[in-house]
Amino acid sequence: MFQFIAKRLVQLLVVLFAVSLIVFVLTSVMGNPVYLMLRESATPEEVHAVTQALGLDKPLPVQYGIFVKNALSGNFGRSYMYHLSALSLIIERLPATLELVFVAVLLSAVVGIPCGVIAGAYPRSLFSKSVMSLSIAGISMPSFWIGMVMIYFFSLYLGLLPVSGRGEVGVFLGIRTSLATADGWAHILMPSVTLALGNVATIMRLTRAGMQENMKQDYIKFARSKGVSRFRLLFGHALKNTLIPVVTIFGLQLGSLIAFTTITETIFAWPGMGKLLIDAIHSADRPIVAAYILFVAVLFVFINFVVDILYVFIDPRIDLR
Amino acid sequence: MTHVQRGNFWRVLAASEGWSRFKRSKLALTGAVIVVFVTLVALVGPFLVVQNPYDLSALQLGDAYKPPIWSEGGTMPFILGTDQQGRDMLSAIVYGSRVSLFIGVAGTLLASALGITLGLISGYYGGRIDALIMRIADIQLSFPSMLIALFLMSVLGRGVANILLSLTLVGWVRYARTVRGETLSVKKSEYIEATRVIGLPDARVLRRHILPNVFASIIVLSTIQVGSFILTEATLSFLGLGVPITRPSLGMLCNDGFSVLYSGLWWVSILPGLYIMIIVFGINLLGDFLRDEMNPRLR
Repeated sequence: MFQFIAKRLVQLLVVLFAVSLIVFVLTSVMGNPVYLMLRESATPEEVHAVTQALGLDKPLPVQYGIFVKNALSGNFGRSYMYHLSALSLIIERLPATLELVFVAVLLSAVVGIPCGVIAGAYPRSLFSKSVMSLSIAGISMPSFWIGMVMIYFFSLYLGLLPVSGRGEVGVFLGIRTSLATADGWAHILMPSVTLALGNVATIMRLTRAGMQENMKQDYIKFARSKGVSRFRLLFGHALKNTLIPVVTIFGLQLGSLIAFTTITETIFAWPGMGKLLIDAIHSADRPIVAAYILFVAVLFVFINFVVDILYVFIDPRIDLR
Repeated sequence: MTHVQRGNFWRVLAASEGWSRFKRSKLALTGAVIVVFVTLVALVGPFLVVQNPYDLSALQLGDAYKPPIWSEGGTMPFILGTDQQGRDMLSAIVYGSRVSLFIGVAGTLLASALGITLGLISGYYGGRIDALIMRIADIQLSFPSMLIALFLMSVLGRGVANILLSLTLVGWVRYARTVRGETLSVKKSEYIEATRVIGLPDARVLRRHILPNVFASIIVLSTIQVGSFILTEATLSFLGLGVPITRPSLGMLCNDGFSVLYSGLWWVSILPGLYIMIIVFGINLLGDFLRDEMNPRLR
């Protein structure tokens, strides 16, 4: 176990090194920020002074060295637009994004798994067929589109839900979150459904496929002849063995959920780190882009690591080596 | 796998079990009908619509803000209404679908070319080159492809060529992995050994003897990939990081229309998005059927 974790940690560092190099090279190619910061009538001296102040006049390897050194101490430089530390800007917006992701994950588990279990147990039923068609429709929809449709229908046409923003933020267990207020829930409903939609479909399909395979196994026949109740047979016996791939996908999907918050947050003007990234890209705010990518990279690598370890607990058959 | 002679192909296909399952599957048929329909629209649609949406001189501001004909205030010939510049939405959608479909198909061809090549090399030669390619694939797979594409586009800037490059760099991994896996298992078969015995060059073995055997999975993968690339492109364009505004794809039309959604002009943004969904839905229905066909365990 210890060896396994140590080996994974080394791999983790390699990945982070590769990502940091790529991020650095690509962000230094990305538009020259100097011209974005200055007036159009700036003199060459002013341009030179700003270039120097940002350290952009040094050779690239030196810049990379500085970049890594600073990154290790959590310093990605100041945002060109906000004039604040890039990392702290991201951290500040993290809770808003996380609560969105949290509600989306909850939705996909609560809706996706039970639907998948029942559809998989009765693959020829009408329910199963409609679940399958709906889930294909779900993964075929651009997520921004479903967001727009909901905004139009629920906010503009029916006037039920607020169009954008995070709503009132309350304090729950010492954490400032919109989930603590009714107004916050009204605001988070549409963004989280938008975010969860593709995920629900994936989870549903995966659970269904796993159930279908498991229901043909001997242990199910045995449990059935033993007289285990239908509910326990499906949700106890069969689901347990189906869950292994589902948990992996949950881990992987967590990453893509975070990636897709960029879109959801843009549509609903949700003040999270996804919107921050898109705004930063549009204004060539390099430090924020670099900090975001590396921050998210660390997050993903960490998630993968945790999923790998979870594996072992769920499925004792898996050999660590 | 039975060897099919060229002339017999259609007859064999028509008599096959897969074909009869296809004819019985309502979902697969629906998918096929949609795919044929959107392809036809993209090919002949421009000759049928009332205006060329790229020709700014054809637009009249007096025609702006017209709703679709089924709602109050809608007039012919603007069946799906017009946008804030007086552009006919139906024409814009037809032209936009050409951009979206082109990017989806071309991106898939490029990504598959790169992925198949690397996968064949990786699986056939093994060793260090295999380890290197697969490590890169592993690292890439630990990040959502949407995020990688987003990041690449933010560096490269808008443009069709840049989108194709991003999609290629994002999409090759799945091909490489699948092809590598199948190459590994095909490599052990006796007829590949035979090609070695008679001393065929590697390139020929790969192209003529291994590639045809992994083709089935490539077809399945590519079908789904076209759909997913169309969605990726739409999303990038919606975020303003995709195609340029001069030749809008469907996603770009949504982006353009989103600003007027709040003033109640829903058709400008929601209709192009609906068409994206129809296209991708059709492709996914077909892809799903093909995947189930290739996986005998579920049959």
